[in-house]
Amino acid sequence: MQRGRLGIAGWVALAVAALIMVAPLAWTLLLSLKNNAELVGHSEAALHGPYTLQNYGAIFGNSLTLRWLLNSTIVALGQTAGVLILASLAGYGFSRLDFPLRKPLFIFVLVGLAIPSQAVILVQHQLFAWAHLHNSYPGLILPGLVAPFGVFFMTTYMRGIPRELDEAAMLDGASRWTVFWKVILPLTKPAQSTLAVFTFLGAWNDYWWPLISATHSNMYTLTVGLAAAQMNYAQTSGLGYLMAQAVFASIPIFIVYIVFQKQIVRAMAGTAVR
Amino acid sequence: MTSARDWRGLLFVAPFLILYAIILIFPLLRGVWLSLNQVDLFGAGHFIGIANYVRLARDPVFATSLMNTFEVTLMIVPPLTIIALLLAIALNRAGKGAALIRGVFFSSAVLSVTIVTLIWRFMLAPDAGLLGYLAKAVGTAPPPFLSDAQLVLPALAITTIWWSVGFPMLLFLAGLQQIPEDMYEAAALDNASRWTTFRRITVPSLRRTLVLVVMLQTAAQLQLFGQSQLLTAGGPSGASRTAVLFLFETAFGQWQLGYTSAAAEVLFLIILAVTITQYWATGRATAQEAR
Repeated sequence: MQRGRLGIAGWVALAVAALIMVAPLAWTLLLSLKNNAELVGHSEAALHGPYTLQNYGAIFGNSLTLRWLLNSTIVALGQTAGVLILASLAGYGFSRLDFPLRKPLFIFVLVGLAIPSQAVILVQHQLFAWAHLHNSYPGLILPGLVAPFGVFFMTTYMRGIPRELDEAAMLDGASRWTVFWKVILPLTKPAQSTLAVFTFLGAWNDYWWPLISATHSNMYTLTVGLAAAQMNYAQTSGLGYLMAQAVFASIPIFIVYIVFQKQIVRAMAGTAVR
Repeated sequence: MTSARDWRGLLFVAPFLILYAIILIFPLLRGVWLSLNQVDLFGAGHFIGIANYVRLARDPVFATSLMNTFEVTLMIVPPLTIIALLLAIALNRAGKGAALIRGVFFSSAVLSVTIVTLIWRFMLAPDAGLLGYLAKAVGTAPPPFLSDAQLVLPALAITTIWWSVGFPMLLFLAGLQQIPEDMYEAAALDNASRWTTFRRITVPSLRRTLVLVVMLQTAAQLQLFGQSQLLTAGGPSGASRTAVLFLFETAFGQWQLGYTSAAAEVLFLIILAVTITQYWATGRATAQEAR
């Protein structure tokens, strides 16, 4: 794996780059630990003490931020579960079963990979308004379930599973559903976890759809709530409080990242090789 | 052994396909239809042919937003690709230290755009930002990154590069892992310089990854939205308004639905054309090399 020495110049460049990478994060953390009044007009006060946790205390006193955390969690878990179910079912159908129009329908799904969300968002907004789904959990979750990539990913993965396995089960009289549930699904665990992590990250960080669908502040997700907070921070909360919100909102996703690092790296490797 | 064609297979794909048709395909097609109509918030609208497209072609605000989009994409994609590639090469080694630094460079990629802009607002703001403070510390005036028409796109580009460097770096690392060790050993036996090795072995082996990174990043940056909406609201006076921000404003600010749809179709076609051109161009380059 190791390819030659990096050399002193190389290490210095790397250290500088890492510093540039970390400095904004450290600055945010320091600001979040300062008294708001002390920061007015003197944000450089963040570079020295005294530090305090009062801004984090204020977050727990503010039911709205906790509500946004709950909303983000519901939406991200809902989308993840939905995508796994829909993509696994469709992946099994496309990879294993023979039904009329199978090939054209699969190509029809692949077309979706090229559709950017900005090309459909306006009509999606109309559609959900017509169905009275804005400012609701189903309204926030549903558009994320339509993930052609998930279907493509699961189909490809299931095609790689030897057919002998399900054929043997079929000979034993198992139904298609039993084969799917008992034979195929347990074999796709690695693919499921990869897809789950990516869907969760995407859903948690999505800004575009909740921005237009959730217009009541109690239905905001954390991304939209933080956007609203930073746009009118001057009038309301202080800089320290705002940055504490940013840190608070990043903690869950950093935990997910640290726990599932392996899946993320493996998925990237898969993308690069394909 | 698969049995004869059986409609029951459809039951497995139907749940996805139904949602897909309603939530993605129908909006796509209806968007095309809306783009040929005059529609606002009230009233059903009426067919006006290509009038929306003609209006777009003459709309200086749309033209500026497209130019801004191209400019910021060009400011982001080449540096981002090169930085990610260099980082991947430097960090393609075993050991805890390298793993930790890889984690540092990927960490920003898991943040949402609203957190990223929050962080960078208070890096870039002349009065409250860290960069402003550092500028004052060395005795210069803090550059007004977010309020100067010349500086605002570079500021968005820096923010975006900081945010997005992790994914391409991981893609390149995965690509580097695929290069067989003996190719480098052979080069070492030939006393090839490090530069020659890089140019003759590393870059050609990473060609597919390079294409992938450039294509994905270009398509993503042509749709840059949150950074410009949140950091500058497209300002000062439209200098950082991107195409998607234009769409957002005409749709959800002014409710010009037909006009927005036309702009969305134009942007969709541009993204498609750029992606296909990049794919085709690299395909040709590879074919010529093989000859």
